[in-house]
Amino acid sequence: MIMKIVDYLQYPFVQYAFIVSILIALCASLLGVILVLKRLSFIGDGLSHVAFGTMAVSMVLGFTNEMIIVLPGTMLVAILLLCSGKNAKVKGDAAIAMLSVGALAVGYLIMNLFPADASGGNIAGDVCSTLFGSTSLLSISGKDVWLCIGLSVLVLLLYIFFYHRIFANTFDENFAEATGGKVRFYNLLIAVITSIVIVLAMNLVGSLLISALIVFPTVSAMRLFKSFKGVVIASSLISVLCAVAGILCSILFSTPVGATIVVADILVFICFAIFGVVVKK
Amino acid sequence: MSQIACENLILGYERKAVAAPLSFRVEEGDYLYIVGDNGSGKSTLVKTLLGLCKPLGGSIQYGDELRQNEIGYMPQQTIVQRDFPACVEEIVLSGCLNGMGLRPFYTSKEKKRVTQMLEKMEITNLRQRSYRELSGGQQQRVLLARALCATKKMLLLDEPVSGLDPVVTQEFYDVIHKLNREDHITVITVSHDIASAMKYATHILQIGEKEPFFGTAEAYKNNMADSKYAELAKEG
Repeated sequence: MIMKIVDYLQYPFVQYAFIVSILIALCASLLGVILVLKRLSFIGDGLSHVAFGTMAVSMVLGFTNEMIIVLPGTMLVAILLLCSGKNAKVKGDAAIAMLSVGALAVGYLIMNLFPADASGGNIAGDVCSTLFGSTSLLSISGKDVWLCIGLSVLVLLLYIFFYHRIFANTFDENFAEATGGKVRFYNLLIAVITSIVIVLAMNLVGSLLISALIVFPTVSAMRLFKSFKGVVIASSLISVLCAVAGILCSILFSTPVGATIVVADILVFICFAIFGVVVKK
Repeated sequence: MSQIACENLILGYERKAVAAPLSFRVEEGDYLYIVGDNGSGKSTLVKTLLGLCKPLGGSIQYGDELRQNEIGYMPQQTIVQRDFPACVEEIVLSGCLNGMGLRPFYTSKEKKRVTQMLEKMEITNLRQRSYRELSGGQQQRVLLARALCATKKMLLLDEPVSGLDPVVTQEFYDVIHKLNREDHITVITVSHDIASAMKYATHILQIGEKEPFFGTAEAYKNNMADSKYAELAKEG
């Protein structure tokens, strides 16, 4: 069994998969802490559908590098959702639901109306792999890896640099704003980071399972850890370990990567929940 | 010069005024109670004073070396906070952010200030405890310590004792009274509790649909007494 893994690890595409998934898992969990605590857990799902819609548009327009459209498009929607704040007419979960379902429907419709010629009309297969990210992780190219590394490092640096302000903003937006915190700026920052992480994560687990990557590590960590710092550190560790374990299992048992990672996350959550109850008693 | 001077201030949102125009002044060391019925615009006034809402008309001036972002605000608790994983130290430290400029991390200066404020609130032993495991009264003390980290001059409390039992409420009033008397911190508090207003306030601002009242607590008492007699006289 170990031989099989060692064997696989010599292929560059497997190494790429490991690097990319560890980075994405790390970023998603860091961001997840903020989103879960701000009661925005489902934004991951919503934005990933938006990313899917923009991806459909870029496929039809024949862009070879989809990132050019997908990233700015998703970012725009994220900013709309997170920064419209209290003044929006449609807000919170309703706004997220509208955008997510709308983008999914429009994206699927566009793909059907204008089937991209190269893929030979295998729409169902394309949709499935975008939604579940089934094989794309193992087909990542060296260029994508560098893009992913660059963006992840950016996310990490921003997160570390603004850590205390992000905490203040998440815990109590009113107090932060009253004492001169630039709440709008931080909401914008979080929106931008969110969209980057989601577009990155689509490659790993596909758009449907992104929520899992964002929500599970945080919720698991919250069962056991009581300080914000503790939750942030624990959730990133959980997320990275689950990603590694998920990929190893998917290699060994040839299961789909995204789903396997999420199952690992679910198992950890169950363990932590039980442990949390035991510790309390 | 007054710390806060409001002239013909019109409160409201979405271009609708919620209360009659207000004029009042807050001087250093004052203990001002803002009273009024539900929906009379108390919370809007608080938000306007803090710069979270724009006034529809009139002016607010900050003076006496008080800047708007140096008001120690103690908001009402939000649902988000009830299961928020944060330890007391993290929360109180976040009160120091307004004095840090662009510096991203805390230094020993902020840590020291937190220690002082925790001592003042008599919750030093809770420093590493989780906020969500504390009692209501302890949580209020944590939020007050955070507010104190953000200010040296003025506290603004939005219904600070709502949901606390009578004993804890009394303790909390004593703490604030002490801050006002011994540390000369100006206190503005929004409250329903007229009895405590009579006991602690130096000034009272009553807002609502009727003509607003602003004056010393003494004047308010006399005014109230007069209006009661007036009503009695009318009935009689």
